[in-house]
Amino acid sequence: MDILRFATAGSVDDGKSTLIGRLLFDSKAIFEDQLEAVERTSRDRGTEYTDLSLLTDGLRAEREQGITIDVAYRYFATPRRKFIIADTPGHIQYTRNMVTGASTADLAIILIDARKGVLEQSRRHAFLTSLLRVPHLVLAVNKMDLVDYSQERFEEIREEFTSFASKLNVSDLTFIPISALHGDNVVSRSENTPWYQGSSLLHHLENVHIASDRNLVDVRFPVQYVIRPQKATDPAFHDYRGYAGQVAGGVLKPGDEVLHLPSGLATRIASIDTFDGPVEEAFPPMSVTLRLEDDIDISRGDMICRPNNQPQAAQELEAMVCWMTDAVKLAPRSKLTIKHTTRTARALVRDVHYRLDVNTLHRDETATALGLNEIGRVSLRVTHPLFVDEYSRNRLTGGFILVEEGSNTTVGAGMIVDARG
Amino acid sequence: MLQQRDYTTSQLDVLEAEAIHIMREVAAEFERPCLLFSGGKDSIVMLRIAEKAFWPAPIPFPLMHIDTGHNFPEVLEFRDRRSEELGARLVVALVQDSIDAGRVAEETGRRASRNRLQTTTLLDAIEDNEFDAVFGGARRDEEKARAKERVFSFRDEFGQWDPKNQRPELWNLYNARIRKGEHIRVFPLSNWTELDIWDYIRREGIEIPSIYFAHTRSVFERDGMLLADSEFVTRGDDEPVFEAVVRYRTVGDLTITGAVQSTAATVEAIIEEIAATRLTERGATRADDRSSEAAMEDRKREGYF
Ligand SMILES: Nc1nc2c(ncn2[C@@H]2O[C@H](COP(=O)(O)OP(=O)(O)OP(=O)(O)O)[C@@H](O)[C@H]2O)c(=O)[nH]1
Ligand SMILES: [Mg+2]
Repeated sequence: MDILRFATAGSVDDGKSTLIGRLLFDSKAIFEDQLEAVERTSRDRGTEYTDLSLLTDGLRAEREQGITIDVAYRYFATPRRKFIIADTPGHIQYTRNMVTGASTADLAIILIDARKGVLEQSRRHAFLTSLLRVPHLVLAVNKMDLVDYSQERFEEIREEFTSFASKLNVSDLTFIPISALHGDNVVSRSENTPWYQGSSLLHHLENVHIASDRNLVDVRFPVQYVIRPQKATDPAFHDYRGYAGQVAGGVLKPGDEVLHLPSGLATRIASIDTFDGPVEEAFPPMSVTLRLEDDIDISRGDMICRPNNQPQAAQELEAMVCWMTDAVKLAPRSKLTIKHTTRTARALVRDVHYRLDVNTLHRDETATALGLNEIGRVSLRVTHPLFVDEYSRNRLTGGFILVEEGSNTTVGAGMIVDARG
Repeated sequence: MLQQRDYTTSQLDVLEAEAIHIMREVAAEFERPCLLFSGGKDSIVMLRIAEKAFWPAPIPFPLMHIDTGHNFPEVLEFRDRRSEELGARLVVALVQDSIDAGRVAEETGRRASRNRLQTTTLLDAIEDNEFDAVFGGARRDEEKARAKERVFSFRDEFGQWDPKNQRPELWNLYNARIRKGEHIRVFPLSNWTELDIWDYIRREGIEIPSIYFAHTRSVFERDGMLLADSEFVTRGDDEPVFEAVVRYRTVGDLTITGAVQSTAATVEAIIEEIAATRLTERGATRADDRSSEAAMEDRKREGYF
């Protein structure tokens, strides 16, 4: 059984948390004590139906305000797949939490309230999922019960969204009319929408093909930790020197010729070790330990790749950055800490080229800084080379975070579009 | 060639690889990490992952147990034996010491428990040992406040969690930056469910304390839960003791951890039972989460596990 990670997205009150509650409930992933607690709370508040959003809105403040503030992770499994759900907030103030939830998703479900249609926040989230290269997108037109399950309304929204999405990088887009509250087309196809021929949301989630979303072509192994069991009781490990890490791209095999960066020295893989014994190949997302045939000085933050397929060793980065704090702005001459794969360096902002208007996707080139929740294209110079790929080619070697050095908090998410030495 | 093979990875392998990655990040980026080891199933799995992450080198950090003094003897025996087998340093911080030092006051009465007092002992131990990262075995599927927590969860100099202001956490890039006196709680098993834990225990053939399997025990009923009769609990006259065949789904302080009636004597039988159960593990067996709707969030804010 494999795992599908998906995130919800969309404007406030479009029904994201209710949908997740519904999915968990109808797929029997809700336990009796959880349901009782939710029924009790709903009753206490005088809600006439069981408010399923309470299943994910777990913080006191969320329950008081009836909104989602931070991502909730929920889990369920069907005989076909295990699902990891990130239920993200719709409120603009908490966009950074939506970005957190979507960064690891294989699929995003953008909800639209059928009465309201495509809102600014729907567009912002659609844009963010495309920027984050979430490979599969579902546009769920929700609250169909409130528009009499009108096919016309569904088609209108589909057209409006399709025209917006044509400006984005979306390779797989599916539209489904649903009612999260009543369960139409969530787990099984609904009789209320005889005009809809597609599959239910759950059926789609169970069957969407994700195996080819990983990069299995470009070998990338960021060295995370050097394993040297100096005091090992077993003399066999006296001279052991292994490079531990999680494969970020490609397929590695013992005997393969590999290249080490930054040294540029070539060697071969002597073996790929794990606690459970050596393995014949390693690919994403495996965590393994490589032993190499030659003694090369290798440490955390270095990269192992193929001689004929190397990442760019870059000190000048061009990236799309999503800014996530209101404490400071991202502006030329800002100095930040950058973390990329297992390497940390300092970064200097050289230029803010433009800020994007998420509604129109217009590039505002007069912008000189990025504020909270703003997205723009930025050039950075880093103190020592990072081994990068374009984010569109590899999310793991193309993404980075920016950390503010005063507060130590994570303030920026970056996606590399271009890089130079 | 790539067409011949689709390189899918099973869910347990994905979860294990993610947990190993998290452990190595911590070992690389922090100066003084430690791993909370209670002898419960989640911490046992976490310890196995640590073993795997650094093999053939020993685990590069100590283990720590916050000992309420109200433990199941089987679990303590297991805790000590396992640490010794691994050659790991085990730090035991006693709630009794916090009480003796006047840092906390023992609760009294029928519902007295040392559960809440543990927080002080834990935070003091973190401070005394200057730990800057603390691995916990909490899983997001356990409880709704835990469902909200990051893998790297920042704690300020008072050990507090601020759920409304968590650091963004993108991809597999974890922010390990802190100032002196602050620390990070790290949850490598965040994305595991109870069933994943049991499937893993079965797959790996991991040993667990005997109280997880069905056994006969003297118990009494309180709030619809079966609690073990022991010197640490005050029973009322309306709480008669009887013998029952039970097992534990979670292992915590003996005074608040309920047993479930079960005849499951093997890991396979437990997995079958869990796959069919209609109650969450904490809902079924933890008095501490029943006290209010936000009980866990409140305890976590203060610095609880
Ligand atoms: N009639 C109807 N109401 C719905 C439906 N889905 C959700 N709602 C209601 O819409 C309101 C908002 O739902 P939530 O699930 O909290 O919305 P959300 O998208 O999670 O909101 P945020 O997380 O705060 O952005 C609640 O009152 C729901 O009961 C639906 O399909 N039909
Ligand atoms: Mg919500």
